[in-house]
Formats: sequence, structure tokens, C-alpha cells
Amino acid sequence: MSDRPMIEIRNVTRSYGSFKALDDAKLSIREGEFFSLLGPSGCGKTTLLRMIAGFDNPTSGSIFIDGQPMAGIAANRRPTNMVFQSYAIFPHLNVGENVSYGLKRLKLDAGEEKRRVEEALEQVSLTGLGKRGATELSGGQRQRVALARALVMRPKVLLLDEPLSALDKKLREQMQVELRRLQQAVGITFILVTHDQYEALAMSDRIAVMFGGRIAQVDKPQEIYQRPATRQVADFLGGMNFVKADVVAVNGETITLETLGFGRITTAKPAGFSGNGASTTLGIRPERLRVMWDDEKAKHEIAGKVIERHYFGEITQLVVNVDGLEKPLSVTETNDFGADDIPVGAPIRLGYDPDALVAMAD
Amino acid sequence: MNRIMSRWLPAYAFLYIVFLYLPVIFLPIFSVNTSAVPQFPLSGLTTKWYEELPNTPALLDAAWNSLIVGVAAAVLSTILGICAARAITRYRFRGRTAINGLIMAPLVLPEIIVAISLLIVLLQLGFSLSLFTVVLGHILICIPYSMTVLTSGFEGFDRSLEEASADLGESAFGTFRRVTLSMVAPAIISSLLVSFTISLDEFILAFFLAGTDATLPLYIWGQLRFAAKLPGVLALGTLLLVGSFLLVTIAEVIRRRAARRTQNEGGAIV
Repeated sequence: MSDRPMIEIRNVTRSYGSFKALDDAKLSIREGEFFSLLGPSGCGKTTLLRMIAGFDNPTSGSIFIDGQPMAGIAANRRPTNMVFQSYAIFPHLNVGENVSYGLKRLKLDAGEEKRRVEEALEQVSLTGLGKRGATELSGGQRQRVALARALVMRPKVLLLDEPLSALDKKLREQMQVELRRLQQAVGITFILVTHDQYEALAMSDRIAVMFGGRIAQVDKPQEIYQRPATRQVADFLGGMNFVKADVVAVNGETITLETLGFGRITTAKPAGFSGNGASTTLGIRPERLRVMWDDEKAKHEIAGKVIERHYFGEITQLVVNVDGLEKPLSVTETNDFGADDIPVGAPIRLGYDPDALVAMAD
Repeated sequence: MNRIMSRWLPAYAFLYIVFLYLPVIFLPIFSVNTSAVPQFPLSGLTTKWYEELPNTPALLDAAWNSLIVGVAAAVLSTILGICAARAITRYRFRGRTAINGLIMAPLVLPEIIVAISLLIVLLQLGFSLSLFTVVLGHILICIPYSMTVLTSGFEGFDRSLEEASADLGESAFGTFRRVTLSMVAPAIISSLLVSFTISLDEFILAFFLAGTDATLPLYIWGQLRFAAKLPGVLALGTLLLVGSFLLVTIAEVIRRRAARRTQNEGGAIV
């Protein structure tokens, strides 16, 4: 991966009448990066992807691919290729003909075309299936054909529109690993659209989280998960305990907050914090609260009472009522120390690292 | 109630089929009768009525005219049908349902009224009656059939297939040729065959709109005045019947195969 920007989205808005499907999006995606657009349906992620591909045009703003402005350039002349959600495999052609579809226009000599088709089929582990009919393929195979058909064009950017959503869970997890490996092997910029936070976290170099046509946060997976910029982002990426906090002081990049349960905390100022609010939200992930057994001691502890227990196989979720907090805390603990045996109603102490507490803009 | 139904339903179905097809079966039977009078018992078997057919110049002229009219009507109504079916399945526009209804209307309009109206309009426009005016009339009644077949070909057509083609570098025309047309080709062939069959058998419009050139149904109509010519007409009718049946069967087989490919059922006309 280099630092050279491959795709630049400059103030792109897409309106349908008064509805803004995408609102003033700004984004820079690097060469060779695996980038995900993550959000619930209707957040504008697919709209943005389709505008990069050239199937839709911005109402205002501009898109650059590899330094070239894309205004007025149709989809068939852009250096991008797409893996469609439905895969869009041509049903009247066999696997080999599907893969060579785009090559036909390049007028390569027959040997070169055949070599590139075979190379692409090999990249997606479909060697030898070139003669198979398009309607005789399984879901996973169809996806691989769609990938090969796009990769064989050697695009500068590969666009993937929810490519794994039609597959069952096992196959989906296997394809996540394969896609990531493939991207690192070919070194092409991949842009993935998904509503599955685990998929985005597992595969991406960076993620843009989107809500209601706006980009809420762009960062590495760990940062997005551990330091979500807003309550919405935190909520979308797994469980989060939210605690109301009063702002005591703002010092440059840090902020000091006072909460009833966790006391006084100094932490990084959230990006969206306006600076003059009297209160904000503090969050901690359920797995960052640890059950303290017997005489175990932690530097920072919070005490409460177990009011619910839910068993999930490898983990147990405890719901703990803490005096002074408006909502009980959710705690997840692996079961290797017997968290699944903690009785409901038992008093409990929870240890935490103050660094795990993150201030968020509402 | 159910028991009575189950006993009488097969009988009813049998009678229905007999009523529908018995007269049609008489056609080939009497066409191989040695006597010119269509009546049982048959006086003997012969193929002479068939053998005479190629030696009748007026019949060959009529067959040639029918072929020209049929091919022209089939090609033109299929081309118009492709445009209309694509517009109606692909786009949502104002008046879409109304336009679809108007295109399909000739199926149920009284044909004789359509024929007279067309005759008046064409004469007013200064056309002289010829095979060309017959073609115009036949296009009008073939389009509903073309539309039915073609709409089922275009429906269920995943739009992302065309986007995928564009994405892979193909131009709009190339996409239409390599993806859209290729995929609806079976429906197009089916539409051509069905339109041709409709045109071949059509009488009323041809009767009003033809000038001096007769089509096959007009020739048959003319022959019916002569009792001695009846066996020849029966032989010719038998050939037309078999030909039409074959064409429509082929068209339907092709249409179904195409429908299966785009996971779409519906629009069957036979």
C-alpha cells in the first residue's frame, strides 16, 4: 500500500428531489488499500460505490480516480470493475466466456486472452471450470466467477457491492479470508460495501462508517471499534455501555469528565465535540469490563449486582445494576473461569482500564 | 358432490375435446378420399388431391404472396414489439399501463370493424390496395402476440447484467447486442414464428385490404364456390393446419426454454 491517493471524493452530494442519498461526502482512498464503506441500508454507501463505478452521477462535487476527474466519463471507460451483489453472471455464457467478456474488446491475440482467463480462474481457485455453464454453479462459485471476470481486466480499483451477503455463514467467513488474501496478492485498491460490521473489521485497512447519507467516521478497524467518534458509530459496531457524563474541563486534545459510576475521567476529546456542551456520553465495551473474583483487586473498580445472565456458548453476558447509573451495565466474560455460574442477584465487582472509556459526541 | 364431480368431469372434458377437434380431424380424413363429396363411408384412399396442389399456378401465387406478407408482418411486428416490450418492462413512465392496454387491444377488437376502418383510412390516405396494405393490417394484429412473447422474454431480465457489461468496457450498442439481444433471442424467434403463423391464417383483414393479389386464405375462400375443388381445398387446409401447429409448437418450446433461463414464467399464449 502506498500513500498515493487512488480515489478522491470531493464534496460529493447526490440528491433525489429533496432527499439527499449522499450529503457532502469527502474521502480519500489510497492506492492498494482495502477500504470498506460500512453502514445500515439506505446510508448512501451503495450510491457512493455506484458513482465511483460510473452508474450514477453526483448532483454536485467531483470524483477523481488516479488523479483523473471522472465527470462525463461513462462506466465502460473507467478503470474500475465491479462485483455485483447479484453477481450478474451472464446466464447465456459459460464460465470462460464470462471471464473473457471484457477482454474481447481489447482484441488480444488468442493465446494471450486464454492465458489471462486461466490466470484469473486460478486466482479465484476455479481452475479447469472454464467450460462449466453459468447456470450450473453454486453461490460460492458464482461469486468467484464474478471476481475473476473483474480481476482479469486488471482494474485500478475493484468495487465490491455486498459480495458476501448471499452466502451462508461458513462460506462467508471463508470468503472473507480469501478476499483479503487475494487483495494482498494482486495489490489492487478494493472498495467493499457492506452492512456487516464484522466483515468490515476483519477485512479492511480502513473503514468509513456512514449514516443517513453522511460519513460519520473514517479510520482503521481498531480505532473505529475502540474509539468510535459518535454514539451512532459505537452502537452500530457491536455492544457498548453508554454513561452520561458532565464536562468538567476541556484542555486542547483532552477532555475531563465526571460520571456517577466511573468517577472523574480524562480522555481524548471526540472529533465531533463542539467544545461548549455541558454534558456528553462516555462509553465502554462490554468485554472491557472484567469480573473480579474473590480477593482479586484492580486499580479501577466499579461495584454492582447481577440482575440478568445470558449464556452464549463461549461467552456469558451479565447485566449488572450499578447505583447511580441510569442504565445497567452489560458485561461479557469468557466462560473459562466459570462466569456462566455466577448467580443472578449476586454482588459483583468489575475491573476496568480507564483507557477503555471513550468520550463520544452524541 | 365431490363424487359426482369426479365421475362426470372426465366425461365432460372428453365431450369438450371431441366438439373442439372432431371437425378438424375430418379435414385430413376427407382430403384423402377419392370422392369429391365429403361424406362417409369413404369411397377409397388417394393422395391425388395433394399431388394436384403443385400443379395449380393460382395456388402457388397465393402461397408466395402469403409467404411475403407473413415474413414482412412477422419481422416488422417483432421489431416494433422489441421496442415496446423493452420500454414497458424496463421503464416506469406515465401512461405505461394505458399504452400496454392499447397495444394489446386488437386482440379483442372485432376484426371486421378494424378491417373496415383500416380500409377507409388507407383509401383516404391515397394508398392503393396491395400486399403492402395487407402487411400493415397484419402488423396491427400481430403486435399483441409479439408483445406477449417478448414481454416474457424481457421480464425478469436482471438489469445489473447490462451494468456488468458496461462495467467490463462494452459500449451501449455492444451491450445490447452481446447481452440483451443474445438473452432474448429465443423470445424473438418465438415472436417471429407466432406472428408468421397468425399472418398466414388471417382472412378478414386480407379480404378487405388485398387488391388483386390473393393470399392463401383468400384463395381457399375463392375455391369454396366450386364443389369439385373442395378436396383440393381440404388437402391445402390440412397442410396449413399441420404447418401452423408445428410453427406454434416450436415457438412455445423456444419461449419456455428462454423463460426458464431468466427464471420467469408467464406470457404463454398457447
